[in-house]
Amino acid sequence: MKKRILIRGNDAIGEGAIQSGCMAYFGYPITPQNELTAYMAKIMPKIGGVFIQAESEIAAINMVFGASLTGVRTMTSSSSPGISLKQEGISYMAACQLPGVIVNVQRGGPGLGNIAGSQGDYFQATRGGGHGDYRTIVLAPYSVQEMFDLTCLSFELADKYRSPVMVLSDGVVGQMLEPIHKDDKNVERKIKDKDWILDGCKGREPRMVRSLLLGEEELEKYNWELNNKYKRIKEQEIRAELYNVEDAEIVIIAYGIAARMGKQAVKEARRQGLKIGMIRPITLWPFPEQIVGNIAQKVNSILVIEMSLGQMIEDVKLAVEGKTKVHFYGRPGGSVLEVEEILDKLREISN
Amino acid sequence: MKKLFSYPDSLKKARFSYCPGCGHGIVHRLLAEVIDEFKIREKTIGIAPVGCAVFAYHYWNFDVTEAAHGRPPAVATGIKRVLPDRIVFTYQGDGDLASIGAAEILHAANRGENITVIFINNAIYGMTGGQMAPTTLIGQKTWTSPGGRKAELSGYPMKISEALGQLDGVHYIERVAVNNPENVLKAKKAIKKAFKNQIANKGFSLVEVLSMCPVGWAVTSVEALRWIEEKLIPVYPLGVIRDKSKST
Ligand SMILES: Cc1ncc(C[n+]2csc(CCOP(=O)(O)OP(=O)(O)O)c2C)c(N)n1
Ligand code: SF4
Repeated sequence: MKKRILIRGNDAIGEGAIQSGCMAYFGYPITPQNELTAYMAKIMPKIGGVFIQAESEIAAINMVFGASLTGVRTMTSSSSPGISLKQEGISYMAACQLPGVIVNVQRGGPGLGNIAGSQGDYFQATRGGGHGDYRTIVLAPYSVQEMFDLTCLSFELADKYRSPVMVLSDGVVGQMLEPIHKDDKNVERKIKDKDWILDGCKGREPRMVRSLLLGEEELEKYNWELNNKYKRIKEQEIRAELYNVEDAEIVIIAYGIAARMGKQAVKEARRQGLKIGMIRPITLWPFPEQIVGNIAQKVNSILVIEMSLGQMIEDVKLAVEGKTKVHFYGRPGGSVLEVEEILDKLREISN
Repeated sequence: MKKLFSYPDSLKKARFSYCPGCGHGIVHRLLAEVIDEFKIREKTIGIAPVGCAVFAYHYWNFDVTEAAHGRPPAVATGIKRVLPDRIVFTYQGDGDLASIGAAEILHAANRGENITVIFINNAIYGMTGGQMAPTTLIGQKTWTSPGGRKAELSGYPMKISEALGQLDGVHYIERVAVNNPENVLKAKKAIKKAFKNQIANKGFSLVEVLSMCPVGWAVTSVEALRWIEEKLIPVYPLGVIRDKSKST
């Protein structure tokens, strides 16, 4: 049954995890995601799940590694500085093909930065972040509803592709209160019988899950195998929202919180007679390259807006391949983009 | 006829790739015997470290994973909390446990995780070619302490088992050695106890094993046995460090 509830963004992630059958959560305090850890602390014991406040983000991601090995759905969450610490573990999960959900409620950086919502971790999230030749699926919610929906999707994709999946949110959406619709379904919390899990070798041959591959060309072969998986993900999992692009002369490209301001700007610009549309990538990796590339051929120019110095713009430029001009408007350091500023930039471009 | 001794089921029929005189092989064997004796092979999950024992999964005949350097206690926590009825152990070197993984072992111990830790102290980083470890002795020459370890520069040999022994979450810690038959038997007894504790849900148990690394110490295999007796044991005395079942 569909239920309508008023909920905070961070809590909606927790609710999505619980509705997805998450059985083990490991966290470490950091603003602006603390509500999520607290939510899991409250709910997990009630559903017979595991909650641990780990000694560090490094420990938390390695606990996720361990829990994932047993076949349960598992999650950790943090904000930017903590996500840096998780990169080692994410790389190992990618190498061992272990599913798991990592939530980044981004704040301003670099360094300790500040605690305001920001989008400075796009490079880290989409470029792998950790060491080695791997990819992480990255989903970017722009509303509280999507905090819930994309968390559910992240668990599905993690299992489907045996891969870590990142929900790349930010402190603004994390703190936002909005009504959402959610399905109250009967959640299955059983350990899934996957053919690679470690649960003791009763009735089967012992298994090993590892990432050291020293044999001649052994690692290369494995890397190519992983690449095939990444190719399948690219073919099947790209998601983007198109908003008023049909007749648009300029399209804004924005994800997450920036896309909310972007949408407002499109509405306002249309009211003033400017033909503006918007592409909102929902999967940041895989990036909606083709969608952007096709639209680039039809418009006069593109405006990328981000709450950073400009990171996604590099993916946009790769997709556009010089077919049209790509402009940028952004503010780093946790400063929120104002609709009026975006409109000024649009006017400047269209002149 | 009753069979008194045989090859353990918990060891694969593979040849160890350790250097001659290395202690790792002996400890692998003891572990396998203990797991056989408790008939827990089919419910055991082992966690190999980053270090010379990284290939333990080639030798152990049960489910095994390999954690990032120093992180086995966190991985073990994740597994054991989800599957409390399985037997979960970590196998870690002194670089892995006492240096890069100091936080993970400290907190797993403090939480009283119901796991077993086999801690191989060979006073050196074996796998990377013989660098100084936190456990390296004062004056001990290594690749990164060519003039011998100096306390002013690198601190003191770290008695991490004693430090962990201060934590209320810890059930049992004992230090053993594998440099002579008598000590090997004692080591087996300690390992057995550490697994028995886990089976009985007693909580965190750790066995520190003083183990030979003739290559890292630049001595012969026979000299390595004596080196443990004469150099290591005086700094790292053998015996029970903490045993909650003994205290009242
Ligand atoms: C994060 C990280 N840092 C460094 C290394 C390199 N490294 C591999 S094994 C090892 C030391 C192992 O020493 P120890 O734990 O004492 O085990 P031993 O080899 O002596 O059995 C190091 C530093 C690594 N693999 N990962
Ligand atoms: S380097 Fe030392 S610890 Fe490593 S296998 Fe050789 S003897 Fe054993």
